Amino acid sequence: MALIITEEQKLLRDSATEFLAMNAPIEQFRELRDDNYRAFDEGLWTKLVEMGWTALTIPEEFDGLEFGYTGLGQVLEEMGKNLTKAPLFSSIVLGATTLTESSNQELKAAWLTHLMDGTKRFAFALDEQTYFDPTSIATTAKKANNQYTLSGKKTMIIDGASADAFVVVAKTEDNEINLFLVEAKTAGISISTDVLLDAGTYASVTFDQVKVSEANRISTAGQGSNLLNQILNTACICLSAEMLGMVSEVFDQTIAYLKEREQFGKRIGTYQALQHRAAIMFSEIELCKSVVIKGLQAIDEKSEDLDQLASLAKAKLGKTIKLVTNEAMQMHGGIGVTDDVNIGFYFKRARVLQRLFGDYSYHLDRFARLNKY
Amino acid sequence: METMTKSDLKEFRSETKRWLEENCPTSMRTPPKEFADLYWGGRNSTFSSEDQKNWFTKMLEKKWIVPYWDTQYGGGGLSPEENNILTQEMIRIGCRKPLFSFGISMLGPALHQFANKEQKMRFLPDITSGKTWWCQGYSEPNAGSDLAGLQTKAEDKGDHYLVSGSKVWTSYADKADWIFCLVRTDFEATKHNGISFLLIDMKSAGVSTRPIKLISGKSPFCETFFDGVKVPKENLIGTLNDGWTIAKYLLTHERQMIGGVGETDVRKAVHEIALENMPSKDGILSDSILRSEIAEIEMNDAVFEMTIQRITDEAKTGVNAGALSSFFKYYGTEQNVARMELISSITGTNGLLWESDNKDAVSVVRTFCRSKGNTIEGGTSEVQLGIISKRILNLPS
Ligand SMILES: Cc1cc2nc3c(=O)[nH]c(=O)nc-3n(C[C@H](O)[C@H](O)[C@H](O)COP(=O)(O)OP(=O)(O)OC[C@H]3O[C@@H](n4cnc5c(N)ncnc54)[C@H](O)[C@@H]3O)c2cc1C
Repeated sequence: MALIITEEQKLLRDSATEFLAMNAPIEQFRELRDDNYRAFDEGLWTKLVEMGWTALTIPEEFDGLEFGYTGLGQVLEEMGKNLTKAPLFSSIVLGATTLTESSNQELKAAWLTHLMDGTKRFAFALDEQTYFDPTSIATTAKKANNQYTLSGKKTMIIDGASADAFVVVAKTEDNEINLFLVEAKTAGISISTDVLLDAGTYASVTFDQVKVSEANRISTAGQGSNLLNQILNTACICLSAEMLGMVSEVFDQTIAYLKEREQFGKRIGTYQALQHRAAIMFSEIELCKSVVIKGLQAIDEKSEDLDQLASLAKAKLGKTIKLVTNEAMQMHGGIGVTDDVNIGFYFKRARVLQRLFGDYSYHLDRFARLNKY
Repeated sequence: METMTKSDLKEFRSETKRWLEENCPTSMRTPPKEFADLYWGGRNSTFSSEDQKNWFTKMLEKKWIVPYWDTQYGGGGLSPEENNILTQEMIRIGCRKPLFSFGISMLGPALHQFANKEQKMRFLPDITSGKTWWCQGYSEPNAGSDLAGLQTKAEDKGDHYLVSGSKVWTSYADKADWIFCLVRTDFEATKHNGISFLLIDMKSAGVSTRPIKLISGKSPFCETFFDGVKVPKENLIGTLNDGWTIAKYLLTHERQMIGGVGETDVRKAVHEIALENMPSKDGILSDSILRSEIAEIEMNDAVFEMTIQRITDEAKTGVNAGALSSFFKYYGTEQNVARMELISSITGTNGLLWESDNKDAVSVVRTFCRSKGNTIEGGTSEVQLGIISKRILNLPS
């Protein structure tokens, strides 16, 4: 398959660019932060739903657009450029994907339309410790009669405070990983929040003997790990698309600054020490573009290489976004480290995304393991 | 050319597969290890083995030495799709290229673009048949990165040019039959505007070469001297004093080649070499630092390959990829140099063997040394970064 986007995907991308410039420019990010770290703007969410972005990856069978992840990736990239805050990643990329990738027809029928029309939102409860490790899960799900009892504590839940239901990763008594759908209002759930470096609000949720009916077990026996793996692959590639948008935007702003700022009577972009570093960033970004489109297409094609591509994308983007955000601040000089300009927002958000779902060394290690060394 | 349907292409693939299986000798399906393993053609050509000769001859008869050139020049006339299929099938079974040639990778594209009809008919068929070994006369002692500062001069003597001066780092000048040369034809004009592109027969009176030894121990390149060499006027390609345009065009092809675009050799993965040479536990390399370095190199190799594909795909839709050859050159060679450095350290003391019965190890060491030239030849990494920053990013000068 050619590594380029189709005409339709390009149209979607263009409409996203235009829409976000009008409705969710970077200034909105600052306003939300200054408004006591508001998570997102509900009005914007309604508009995103109207744009159809929540339906892009939902199968036609459930009235979705079935447009694919390559399309959604274009939107996420544009959102990355503007640091747009909306629960699209939590509720759709993580939430809806959990259902569409599962074989649980009842839950799909019950929830997908609501996720699509934005009236209900999911959040994904996986992490338990400070380092990402999806294999060591301490949250338990014990079965008695026709229900499970969930106990454990989850952290770093994106948009967790405002979700209607959680997808909870837990271990059943057979020591298998399984995924459960747990409504937020269920007894035994307590939620607290932290604000992270990126001004985002992340929830920690304690499940204290929470009762979940068997019908809400999303994964079928023995398939939980595979399902989780599939969701994480998708999440890593989609996050990479968002990071690509951020990287491109920060880079463009920096190049523009090099062409404008003067010192020693010359524009600073004339200095070779900066030119070559800019050219190195350009080269790394070229690589990023390729791995993101390849990864997105691989989700849509259900490629066998998805594990590998997800790690490639997350590692490559993680490394590059670190380089580019650091260089951007340095090349802006003093103003670059002030809260007055936006560069710092990208830098802070970058550090969070770098670590979400596995940092550079996690994915380097995973890549090596997948290649058997 | 008639457009081919999907089923035609499928048939072409299976036919190609069958033909390659039948005609490519087993020994020609292993990666080349030393210079003699590569066939360069030319007037004084010799084959290093019967298999090498057979493989070249079969491919020549099939017109697949340059499969994508027009048949009137001895090419195979294959469409880009067919050529892709042929390349893929050759990679799949690890076929060596039947001929190594700067004529194919550098001069050919420039002649297609800038030569007149007679010149094309005169020079291109001898490239596809492997009759002429071409070398490149660009660099001079005082014109390396600053190539346009070259001083070798060609004076107009009515029916011929009289060429005097010297070139340096001319790869294979001592073996080549002809040289494509940049010469100064106008000393009054600004430096980019007085250069012309001239083809010179190395047999001409007044041409001499002196090999220079590289750190790899081999002498693949030379100093080349022109002492009052008479060159017929019909050997001038393109417009007089506009040779810089051709020089640059040719360089974009050279840079893509050096950067690894279109590379077909099947490399052994770095981690495979590591597993053969280093301790491991439960299949995981014990040296975690080298393991990370290997993973990083292999990741970048994989993503760079995707990038070559992406940019090629974009070029098909009309996006201009011209200056991107500098990106390919920069990234591909930096990556190659880093990879060779890593392979050398993975192989431990074997990675130090200079002369030994362990030919494989020696070949690694020599290749490692040779790789150091990659970030210099064809324009240094610094020069490429300069081109990216000015031509692509439009940073001011
Ligand atoms: C293996 C090999 C094969 C070759 N084969 C051929 C051949 O077949 N034909 C041919 O014509 N040439 C050939 N060359 C020559 C090659 O193109 C030149 O060596 C190259 O362009 C660099 O020129 P130089 O050696 O004069 O180095 P210099 O130009 O002197 O460079 C020295 C250092 O200064 C840096 N530098 C120079 N200018 C700048 C600048 N403006 N900004 C920042 N840094 C700068 C360079 O990057 C380099 O690090 C070959 C070279 C090698 C190594």
